Amino acid sequence: MTSKNETGPLNAPTLSKEKASSPLSEAWTKFRANHSAMVGLFVLVLIMLGAIVGPLLYPTDPFELVWRPFSPPGADGFLLGTDYIGRDLVAQMLVGARVSLVVGVAAAIVTILIGVAVGALAGFYRGWVEEILMRITEFFQVLPTLLFSMVIVALFGASLLMITLAIGIVSWPAVARITRAEFLRIRELEYVTASRAAGATPAKLMLKVILPNALPPIIVQAALMTGSAILFEAGLSFLGLTDPNVMSWGQIIGSNREFILQSAYTVTIPGIAIFVAVLAIALVGDGLNDALNPKLRQR
Amino acid sequence: MDVLRITFLRIVYSALLLAAVVVLNFVMIHLAPGDVADTIAQSMGGADAEILAQIRADYGLDQPFIVQLGQYIWKVLHFDLGSSYYYNRPVTELILERLPATLLLVITAQTLALVIGVVTGVFSARRPNGFLSHLVTIVAFFGHAAPVFWTGILLLIAFSLQIHWFPVGGMRDVTVTGGFWAHSFDVARHMVLPVFTLSTTFLALYSRLCRASMMETLGSDYVRTAKAKGLPMRSVVYKHALKNALSPVITLAGLQFSAVISGAVLVETVFSWPGLGTLAFQVIVARDTPTILGILFFSALIVIAGNLLTDLVQRLVDPRVRTGQ
Repeated sequence: MTSKNETGPLNAPTLSKEKASSPLSEAWTKFRANHSAMVGLFVLVLIMLGAIVGPLLYPTDPFELVWRPFSPPGADGFLLGTDYIGRDLVAQMLVGARVSLVVGVAAAIVTILIGVAVGALAGFYRGWVEEILMRITEFFQVLPTLLFSMVIVALFGASLLMITLAIGIVSWPAVARITRAEFLRIRELEYVTASRAAGATPAKLMLKVILPNALPPIIVQAALMTGSAILFEAGLSFLGLTDPNVMSWGQIIGSNREFILQSAYTVTIPGIAIFVAVLAIALVGDGLNDALNPKLRQR
Repeated sequence: MDVLRITFLRIVYSALLLAAVVVLNFVMIHLAPGDVADTIAQSMGGADAEILAQIRADYGLDQPFIVQLGQYIWKVLHFDLGSSYYYNRPVTELILERLPATLLLVITAQTLALVIGVVTGVFSARRPNGFLSHLVTIVAFFGHAAPVFWTGILLLIAFSLQIHWFPVGGMRDVTVTGGFWAHSFDVARHMVLPVFTLSTTFLALYSRLCRASMMETLGSDYVRTAKAKGLPMRSVVYKHALKNALSPVITLAGLQFSAVISGAVLVETVFSWPGLGTLAFQVIVARDTPTILGILFFSALIVIAGNLLTDLVQRLVDPRVRTGQ
């Protein structure tokens, strides 16, 4: 995240060089021992592989009408069947995975960037800066998230970029609060006072001294945000507030919604995909939380 | 500090927050490319510049931005949210007509989620490795990961289309005759699936938090003292521990209001529930600016009122908050 993190984000204060196994590898050992987190990671990697390689191996155009509508899964050589106008569901699912994952990750990045910037400034400078920034944060927490992003997407154009920004704009307050709390705690620690006395500039103090130690809860939050951004994107495309030329899991559900009597599978299958993806991310997030939280690590 | 003064300050602050919401929404909508004149022109199949200018003049859109903003704020202060372009009716009337349905859905779902969440949370805290405890964890993951509209559609397929226990959508059956109770029963029947769908998202959240906070409280010194002086376990759990364990759950529930409304928009769409969510969807697509602004205003109002209420409840329940500690 920072341009120079040669020490590694989790690496800052190590006392003795001989004994120190890097905290990063320590966290990985801890993470690896967590079965549900590893299952989540495995499933997540599978989904990502499917999203990256899938459309290359299965080159059917997800928008092309290839067969009669409502052909059930397995029949006529279509593994997952066809949708309400006869498009291949496998192709839609594979291409949809790309959109859902990319929007999820990108929106999480936007969320984290805004949230960390606001939270770091508020927690570092305190005083009136904190006062103003936290009031703004509260203000954004009052806005009804989905309605507000619906309006943004409907008015400013339903492109993936706009959807990503809209999700980021409504989601950052939680991250800002967590970052601020961490900064408030860490800025009082002695090593920070030492760096300050050694003449570190505020920017250096924030980015290189405090931020690396504030990262663990932010990383966990980033994982959780990716999951909820995927759900968010699915909700928006379910409502039809999305780029009609882009296929996503939520859009498959939204467009087939009227026909659930004829073809429940067109709704069930993409729903399961969203569910499994978000669940996998949540398990990884839980695992990260256990692995990165120093208090839990001591047990 | 006394409760009245703090409450008064909170209300003033909330009003300021609401004013900021009004201004931001107004600015945002005016920054957006295109306006209602374009939408009308589009539905007429195109119009020339003269007609567009005429439409803008009719709706007061030719005025400078600051004048429009001033006029809007002045009207809002007089409880006038303007007139809907799409429905040709006062926005306030339109929204107040839909608001009760949304409130009914949101409040019932929140209450249900809280009650079930707290009850299962308390029980699983007493047996952290019991069956219920594991069930709660599983349900929690499900509630977190399943898209709420998808849960709704699945329930709809299962309970309305397959086994016909509940109606497919809407809020009332026009063919129902009879008195108040017959109608209430009818609405209740329509409510079951939407309310259940909406509460699944939050239920597990409350349950998990209540379980964690209950376990922490049960391990604290004063609970041990209460046990040591021979109080029956039931009284220790419900009279001593629960009061303290509830505090974080109430805080969380207050913070969830915005998320509950977001969920309600999706759930209303799935079950064609005649509330603000379905209205919002129509008017957002139609670019009916006054109604969009009105809905954003009212939903922010609900969230703020919810927060305020949570704050008050918190002060009443928890003496530590009351004294400003």
